[in-house]
Amino acid sequence: MKLNIVLFGIAKDIAGTSRIDMEVEEKATIANFKTKLINRFPEMEKLASLAFAVDTEYVNDDYVLRENEEVVIIPPVSGG
Amino acid sequence: MIKISEQPLHVQEAIDQVSHSEAGAVDVFIGTVRNRTKDKSVVRLEFEAYEAMALKEMQKIATLIKEKWPVLAIAIHHRIGVLDIGEIPVVIAVSSPHRRDAFEACKFAIDTLKETVPIWKKEIFEDGEVWVAAHP
Repeated sequence: MKLNIVLFGIAKDIAGTSRIDMEVEEKATIANFKTKLINRFPEMEKLASLAFAVDTEYVNDDYVLRENEEVVIIPPVSGG
Repeated sequence: MIKISEQPLHVQEAIDQVSHSEAGAVDVFIGTVRNRTKDKSVVRLEFEAYEAMALKEMQKIATLIKEKWPVLAIAIHHRIGVLDIGEIPVVIAVSSPHRRDAFEACKFAIDTLKETVPIWKKEIFEDGEVWVAAHP
């Protein structure tokens, strides 16, 4: 199934764009997706942290994704 | 009293928002753009936010503070876009009946903001640029 991926900060620089599509298996979790993401963009594994958000909330590794869901990649935050 | 803006922040606006007749203290934190990181000269900073989520996370900080301390009002303002040396990326103001609560709550607010709010800062040097805290 397809996911709509949104990227910010250094994650956007690594991907070279702020939006991409990715394919994952039905009932894939964030953990499954993270593995695919790092396979596609190995530089993401070198980041100090890598978090994910769905519908403006952080989600854990065991969150089950749905078709066409928008997943936002949250690299290490540095506001303030 | 949570705000993300591309326009310059005004400290007095945050103070006015937390003014309260029961307040005995207003504590204010002002973040400013520093001209050096380690031994490198910083030319400017660029901030970007996942704005809808950042506003929500900032609101969560304000809600949590009201549960933990007897504060009267909280303002958290963050700027995004390009900022020059000396400009203000963040202003936090907290009012409370007694000063200790305002101090503690204000420190908690900026410390938590730096950990949870999806805002990113890029430092621009004369010879390159780096996303702050991106790598261990």
